[in-house]
Parts: sequence; structure tokens; C-alpha cells
Amino acid sequence: MRTGALLALLVALFAGSAFAQNAAPAGDVTKGKAAWIKYNCYSCHGYDGHGGAGVKVAPKPIAVTAFIAFVRHPPASTMPTFTAKVVSDQDLRDMWAYLNTIPAPPAVKDIPLLNQ
Amino acid sequence: MANSKKPGRRNFLKGAAAVAGGAPIALAQQSQLAQNRAPAAPAEASSGPRVEMLTNERPGADFMLDVIKSLGIEYVAANPASSCRGLHESIINYGNNKMPELLTACHEESSIAMGHGYAKIEGKPMLAMVHGTVGTQHGAMAIYNAYCDRVPTIVVLGNEMEAGSRRSFVEWTHAVQDAAVIIRDYTKWDDAPASLQHFAESMVRAYKIAMTPPMGPVAIVASGLLQEEPIEERNLRIPKLSPTIPPQGDSGAVAELAKLLVNAENPLIVAGRMARSQNGMKLLVELADTLQASVNDQRNRMNFPSAHPFYNTGTVANADVILALEVEDIFMLTHRMSPLNRIGMDAPIKTTKDGAKVISISSLELFQRSNYQDFARYNEVDMAIAGDAEATLPNLIEACKKLITGDRRTAMQARGARLAEGWKRNKEAALTQAALGWDSSPLHPARISAELWAQIKNEDWSLVGNDQFFGRWPTRLWNFDKHYQFIGGSGGEGVGYGAPAAVGAALANRKHGRLTINIQNDGDLNYAPGVLWTATHHNIPLLTIMNNNRGYHQEVMFVTTMAARANRDVTRAGIGTKLDSPHIDYASMAKAYGMQGIGPVTAASEVGPAIKRALEIVKRGEPALIDTVTQGRG
Repeated sequence: MRTGALLALLVALFAGSAFAQNAAPAGDVTKGKAAWIKYNCYSCHGYDGHGGAGVKVAPKPIAVTAFIAFVRHPPASTMPTFTAKVVSDQDLRDMWAYLNTIPAPPAVKDIPLLNQ
Repeated sequence: MANSKKPGRRNFLKGAAAVAGGAPIALAQQSQLAQNRAPAAPAEASSGPRVEMLTNERPGADFMLDVIKSLGIEYVAANPASSCRGLHESIINYGNNKMPELLTACHEESSIAMGHGYAKIEGKPMLAMVHGTVGTQHGAMAIYNAYCDRVPTIVVLGNEMEAGSRRSFVEWTHAVQDAAVIIRDYTKWDDAPASLQHFAESMVRAYKIAMTPPMGPVAIVASGLLQEEPIEERNLRIPKLSPTIPPQGDSGAVAELAKLLVNAENPLIVAGRMARSQNGMKLLVELADTLQASVNDQRNRMNFPSAHPFYNTGTVANADVILALEVEDIFMLTHRMSPLNRIGMDAPIKTTKDGAKVISISSLELFQRSNYQDFARYNEVDMAIAGDAEATLPNLIEACKKLITGDRRTAMQARGARLAEGWKRNKEAALTQAALGWDSSPLHPARISAELWAQIKNEDWSLVGNDQFFGRWPTRLWNFDKHYQFIGGSGGEGVGYGAPAAVGAALANRKHGRLTINIQNDGDLNYAPGVLWTATHHNIPLLTIMNNNRGYHQEVMFVTTMAARANRDVTRAGIGTKLDSPHIDYASMAKAYGMQGIGPVTAASEVGPAIKRALEIVKRGEPALIDTVTQGRG
């Protein structure tokens, strides 16, 4: 495994920790929603980040540092690498801020159509 | 109009030239053979010079139609073509437009793809009638799809071979030396009969070849002159159809396979285009139950019930014996590569565990072509059993049952219980995932699928659109247990298949009173949307749900990937891939073709009511379309 990918994976493993969450700088939700579409992230991960061809990234996205690290150094065969030349750290922070606003879905037990 | 008093060189036959007696052949039941046809009455003796004949009450096309009728063909789909005008007229008048009935198509790709969908429901081919030149060119991709999907279709190519009979420059441009040459690489067989008797034998032969596993498309050239000129051949007869019994795998190999399966710790069955019928599904369930083995259904056909506890519960990585039934690409089944950058393709990672045995049963062992590469990489298996999988299963099941001892049965039952637990976990995971984006706009395919299921689950339904680009949500949420409830995809991945194949499948379902549903990709519909008019014109009930993600979405993802890989501007990936500015209004498109159109639906709360309205229309016997604006992927 490449060093970068390994790093991304390690960071992702700690993504849910309070430490990682606290380290997240703020982003602009409105700009983030626009960037999510502009950079075609929605095309694999859904407009709300709920997943599709790509994995679920919202609600409760991984910590912003892990999020950026993953985008910069995704494990092989998962998604293309998006360098800072393609999408800036600020854009990624904005996207993360947007994803962080996505509400949790209703529980399956509360959706009659999923209990047919 | 004047008529000659004296028949010339081209004589008429008085009365019936040839009788196509006997009942239409039920080809889904291949054991029923057609009856011999009665011989034709002898032609009158010819004498004297040819004089102009302005009427002809017994054209050759009538006999051609007798041949077609003898095969039990229900429908002929055609965009009217002058090179087929004789046969066209015979169908609607001599044949009274019944068995077969002529269906008006707006594109040859539609004509042929309709037959593709029809055959997967009905288990037998219908006809498409096209110009031998421009029509074949239009229809070529649909033929390729049918070829890759191993589906029997018959295409009649009109052509005027005799130069002296070409009436105009148009007929010169529509004439060709070898009409089938552009489709020969992806048809099982073709012929250009030079006489009516030759036509009879070739058409019956074509049918037989199309229906022999691996099934596939065939083409017969219908000479314009033979169609239009009076019948003057003597002793015309229609040959008896002798359907080929699908070949079974070698009994010794089957016995060896049974030993492997019975003694395996984790056998895995993978089904490609395996089940040809409901009986095929029943047999596969019996094999799985006998072995307590997982069946991974590749969803190219309806092979295995989705609610069966062994459905998609196994993995290649855990299996010690993998049985591939009519699986084309075993290499991709057993290896992993990077789809993003082709890195590692020189040394793909094998996903099977050490010592695992891979055995295939496939009719494809008996038929390969060379030019088009749909055969995929070489299948490096431990045992390749040549034969039709469905036909081989009864012997395999019997052989397995004989070998199961008490100890093995106990071990198998424990395995079966584990698999059933896996099915439950898969179902729970699917439901949890379905809840994500439940209220999203654009709409989540899971929400649309769940809304649909609530309203069709008590009907006799048939999903005829592929759910591959719909997150496989119907497959994951619905209960599929009948062969006609799912028909897979295009085979060749040629876009433009979906809408016409759905109309053809709905046509086949109509006489059975089934509720037909198509999940229709937006890019696909735009190839030949005129088939919506065909559905309306011929009163084919069909509910079309648009998967309107406003783009050629796979390409949006691909081009984004390419731009990121090149370290360039990914925001430009929508150029040439998105279908926006303006958005296409599919409800209005449907209305333009006379179909009820609803939408665009963008709010999740509107989906259920829209489906309710549309189903009321479809249950009246009409087609209806709902434009649902969807996420890029499920």
C-alpha cells in the first residue's frame, strides 16, 4: 500500500474521535453545497452525500482533516486522487461543512414503506 | 386496372400455393415439434411470351408469410421499408394482420430491440423486418445487443439483388451484394435465399438455430423480386421444424462435479444467463437447497428468487468450489483489478482462495466468434463442461442427492443456517441504506423503488427494465420469484436498448395480463423515443418510470475521473455528458407521442401519488410515463 494511502487510512480510522472533530476548522455551508456539485462529488456520493457509486459520506462525515486526507490520498481502486491543484483545501473544508449539516435519516422502523 | 388475359412466364398458382397447416409451434416448449406441411399444388404449365401483369393475386410473399406463420410468430415489428413492401402487404391482407401482427416502429433499432425484450419474456422470437441496407445499419446495434445477451431474434432484410429489377436510384442505393455482411460477426446464422423453397428452408433453419443454446439473432434476406412476383415454383413445401434439444453436460463430468460440490465446505453457485424458464429457476433452487449453497445471481436473467435465504449470501473469496452456470466472464468473477487507472491489470489479483476449484457449465463452450470481443478473457477453470446449464441441472441434482451422507447433510444444514443469517443481514443493511436520502431531492432510487413496491406487490408484475443504474434497488427491496419478473439488461451495453426492449416485453406480457414496469434511463430513451408512440398506437400497457438523472451519468463519473487523474479541471466534466440546459421534459415527450405523461416529479412526497395515477392508466390497458428526477446513482 502506498504511504499516502496508508496515512489516509490511519487518519480515517481516527476520524470519529473527539480529537479529530475538534480539530476541524470551519467551512462555509452554502459554498460547500455549491462546490459539492461543481466538482461532481455528488455524481458518485449523492447530492446529500448518502452514497451511490461511491461510499456514504454523510450524515456524520469523518473529521475534516481525515476527509481532506482521504480526498488527497484515497486508497487504490476507491476513487481518483483530487490534488490541491484540482480542488483547494478551502473548498474541501466548505464541502465538509455542508456534509456536516445533512440530517440523520429516519430510522428504518419509522418508515412504513421499508417495513412492507 | 388492366389485367392480362394470358399468364406469361411468371404464372400464377390457382388456389393455395402451399399450405401452412398445423398449430403454431410453442417454442418455449421445445419438445413439441411442428407438423409436416402439406405440399403445394402444382403450378400451371407456362407457355408463351411474358406480357405485362398489373395484378398478381398470389405473390411470393404470401408463401413467405405461410412459412413465417408455420413458426408461430406472433408479431413483426417494422419501420416500413420499400424493399419489404411485398411481405408487408401479405402480412396485413393475405394474413389479415394476425399471427403475425405488424407493429409500426419508428426506427429499426426499436424493431429489433422490441424483439429482444419480447423473447426474454415469451421464450421465443418475433420478427423484425428492415431494409437490407439502411435498415440493417440502423438496427445493427440492437442485433449486437441480442447477440451478447444470447437472445433469439429473427431479422428479415429486404433486398433487391437483381440489377435489372431495380426501379429507381433509390432501389440502387438500397441494394447490396451481401446484406448480412455488416451483422455477420454478431449473428448466429444468415442466408440470402434465391427461391421461395430456399426461403422456406432457410427461415425454418434460422428459427432452429436462433433457438438452440446459446441462443442468438439470425438474419434472412428476403428478395424483393421473390416477394412481389407471382409464385411459379412447383411443389413448394414448408419443412418441419425440428427444435434442437438443448445439450446436457457429459454425465461423467457431472458425476465428478457432484462429488466436489457435496464434499465442499463452502460451495458457491454463480448464475449468469442460466435460467431460460420458470423451470430453470425451480431447478436452481433445488440444487441450492440440496447443497445448502449460496447462489450469487448476476441478474442477467431471473435465475433465483431474491427472497430465498441463500440468495447472494456467499463470496468468491470464501468458496472452495465455485460453480459458474452460463457465466461469460469467469475471469472478472475471480479476479480484482483497479477500474480507475488500469494499474495492476498486468497482474490482476486472484480473489479465489488457494486450492479453490472453479467449474463452469456453459453452452458458450459450443459457440464462439472472433471479431467482437464479447467472449472476454480466457476462462481458466478446473473443469469446463460444455452444455446448457438448465438442461444439465436435473442430472447434477440427482447425482448430488445420491452422494449426500448423513454427516454431510448435517454439515450442510449448519451451513444453510449460516447463509440464512447472512441473507437477513444483507436485507437489514439494504433497508438501512435505503433510509439514507429517503427524502432527498433529486429523488433517491431506493425511495422510488419502495413506493413502487408498495403499489405493485399484490399484482402479477414484471420488471422489464434493468435496475443496474438504479442502485439495484428493486432487486434489493422487492420479492422476485418468477422468471418473467426480471429480464436482465442489454447484453452488449449498447445504449438505446431499454425503451424498445421494454415495449417488446410489455407486448409479450399483455396477453398474460401482467403489469409491466420499466425503469427507463434518460440517456437511453433519447436514442429512439418514437417507440413510446409504438406503445401508445398498439395499446401496449406499460408503466415507464424515468431514471432522469439528467445526464449520461456513467460518463460524468468517468470524465471526472479522467480529469482528476490528469490533474486538470474536473468542473468541466459535464461538457458532453450532461443533459441539462435545458432539462428534457419527458412527461411532455410522452404526451407528444400520445402517452399519458406525469411529472417532472422532484419531491419524494409526490412519488407515491404519481405512481397511483399512472397505475390507474396502465391498468386500463394504456402506457403511462412518470418523469422522476433522480440522483446520479442510487
